[in-house]
Amino acid sequence: MVTSSSLVYLIALPLFGAITLLLAGRRADKWGHLLGTAMSASSFGVGLYQLSQMLSRPTEERAIGQKLFTWIDVASFQVDAGLLLDQLSICFVLLITGVGTLIHIYSISYMSHDENRRRFFAYLNLFIAAMLLLVLGDSYLTLYVGWEGVGLASYLLIGFWNQKPAYATASKKAFVMNRIGDMGLSFAIMIAFATLGTVSFAGVKEASEGASETALTAIGIMLLVAAAGKSAQFPLQAWLGDAMAGPTPVSALIHAATMVTAGVYLIVRSNFIFDAAPTAQLIVVIVGAITLLFGAVIGTAKDDIKKALAASTMSQIGYMVLCAGLGPAGYAFAIMHLLTHGFFKAGMFLGAGSVMHGMNDSVDMRRYGGLRKFMPITFITFGLGYLAIIGVPPFAGFYSKDLIIETAFNAGGFKGILLGSITLLGAVITAFYMTRVMILTFTSPKRWEEDQHPHESPFLMWFPMVVLSIGSVTSGLLFYRGDALKNWLNPVFGDHGKDHYEEHLFEPIVVSAMALTAVLIGVGIAIAKYQLSEIDAVAPENVSIFTRIARKDLLQDSFNESVFMRPGQALTRLLVKGDENVVDGAVRGIGRTALGAGATLRRSQSGFARSYAALILVGAVALIAGIWVVTL
Amino acid sequence: MNPYNYLYVAGLLFTIGAIGVIVRRNAIVVFMCIELMLNAANLTLVTFSRINGTLEGQVTAFFTMVVAACEVVVGLAIIIAIYRSRRSASIDDASLLKR
Repeated sequence: MVTSSSLVYLIALPLFGAITLLLAGRRADKWGHLLGTAMSASSFGVGLYQLSQMLSRPTEERAIGQKLFTWIDVASFQVDAGLLLDQLSICFVLLITGVGTLIHIYSISYMSHDENRRRFFAYLNLFIAAMLLLVLGDSYLTLYVGWEGVGLASYLLIGFWNQKPAYATASKKAFVMNRIGDMGLSFAIMIAFATLGTVSFAGVKEASEGASETALTAIGIMLLVAAAGKSAQFPLQAWLGDAMAGPTPVSALIHAATMVTAGVYLIVRSNFIFDAAPTAQLIVVIVGAITLLFGAVIGTAKDDIKKALAASTMSQIGYMVLCAGLGPAGYAFAIMHLLTHGFFKAGMFLGAGSVMHGMNDSVDMRRYGGLRKFMPITFITFGLGYLAIIGVPPFAGFYSKDLIIETAFNAGGFKGILLGSITLLGAVITAFYMTRVMILTFTSPKRWEEDQHPHESPFLMWFPMVVLSIGSVTSGLLFYRGDALKNWLNPVFGDHGKDHYEEHLFEPIVVSAMALTAVLIGVGIAIAKYQLSEIDAVAPENVSIFTRIARKDLLQDSFNESVFMRPGQALTRLLVKGDENVVDGAVRGIGRTALGAGATLRRSQSGFARSYAALILVGAVALIAGIWVVTL
Repeated sequence: MNPYNYLYVAGLLFTIGAIGVIVRRNAIVVFMCIELMLNAANLTLVTFSRINGTLEGQVTAFFTMVVAACEVVVGLAIIIAIYRSRRSASIDDASLLKR
């Protein structure tokens, strides 16, 4: 493998920014946002340079690595902290730094009234550095450091306005639920080391060829737990909706475009494990399919624009996970959807932020309406993202989602038909809830108060939205044409990516037609329900039980509370009681026994010399009698 | 004369002494009873010495007498000290140690 000494700058630049801004404190308030943006942009520059270098090398030499230092050197446990930049990582590097830089620019304006803007940029830079470490690490252990780093940055940013207790709780919730996933990742690393003896990607790939399927399945399932935690997949999905407590740029960058897709990266990066463990793969597909529908259903019931988008993110990542679970045929398409989703969802979140900016930070879509006239740029950029996510050709989402639906149908047999139907159903619901968001926000009659003065956002805010909307229009075609992304990524997944794609259940054109029909159905229902009829400014109460359940996030919190939280609290109380009664009780019992024995025995100590003498006599007689009896 | 008779006398003396220690309150009498028990023991030692035809028992009896003499000196001194402070020679009155 070619080695390079410049990879570390990708991470070092934003890390430098984060450390400087955090250490400089209030002194950096005036220029902190500029430094943060510059660091992110220069990291993007290094990424582009690496891409140009990579393109100039032949295919088999494109992956480059850099050893940073020997990390752990204990007997047979050897781990180097090293970086690896291959065709897969570079996609992520450019997505993270590119979208990240745009969001830095957006935040300059969005956060300009916040007195802690410098700290915000420090955390954003910290996130960029950690996320880059996650995708650049060349072993699971290095990845783990980045994995924890993004978790920390996510926690800090969700709770950025932690003066509101609900926001602080949301950040804690995200952190705690992520811990469960992190535990899965650490278990996966431990199992990998115990059974395969190595934790580097290259080493595990080599060792996995002769390894037992049981071990690989165990590793795969643990990796899936990790992915589910980070990517808000079923059953660890409940934190994402609350994570919208963070400032909107954070939702766009971390909880839409990059961090939540880390789970997909992990699965795709571990393709050699999942290829050899069909059981784990099947579970991945099931998790993806459940989350896909779960998120979509929640999305239909949310009136909070950010939570609707968050549910949509969950659902779209469900698509990616499902596709990644379909094996070599699906990896490239999962990544493709990930990249296009990064563009259009980040763009839509920024659009939502722009709407909130113009509407006094209100997030209730039932209080929007008619914003098309007041925010033309936001409307157009959001609309392009909308067309992309529901999958209208030639926008980005059409290509990536179409390929996922096609891959799902091609999975073979009943499984293929079932998965294909689920993805199609998901497309219907996606079209419905996204059209609903569009109508409620932009095209329906106005429902806001008179004292709100919606207005277009400043240049620094709409410029990133425009760039991202260009991405949501063009990226799909760019990746799709001539299988560009698939051929680009193929070396990462080995050559077996090709032969899986021979049998078609339906012709691609038929799948496209079905997907478009699905979109039309969804859009049609939404238009009939919202555009053509009155919308209540307050969510109606007399709704069906299904709507009520969907509004409560399909009872995910109630479930977690009744199954995990309450029994957990009961267990804690039980343990506290056990500690007080058994452990403390034993200690106190010893003392009490000694005291009681003393109190009882004290009575025999009368102080009368004659009674002592009598006792001595009795004792002596008893002793002699005893000896006499024994020797008799 | 059967030497075992001395042992019976010694046992009798010891019993009288022990009962005296337990039932009497006057410190002087209790003290005398203790002397009685010591002398019973001495008598036993001498008797066994005689029975066995050795001298160890008799020598030990002398030791006992010396120790008893010392004990009498100390004991009487304590009794007098108590009598001076409490105006009583009853050993039941000197039961303050339990507090």
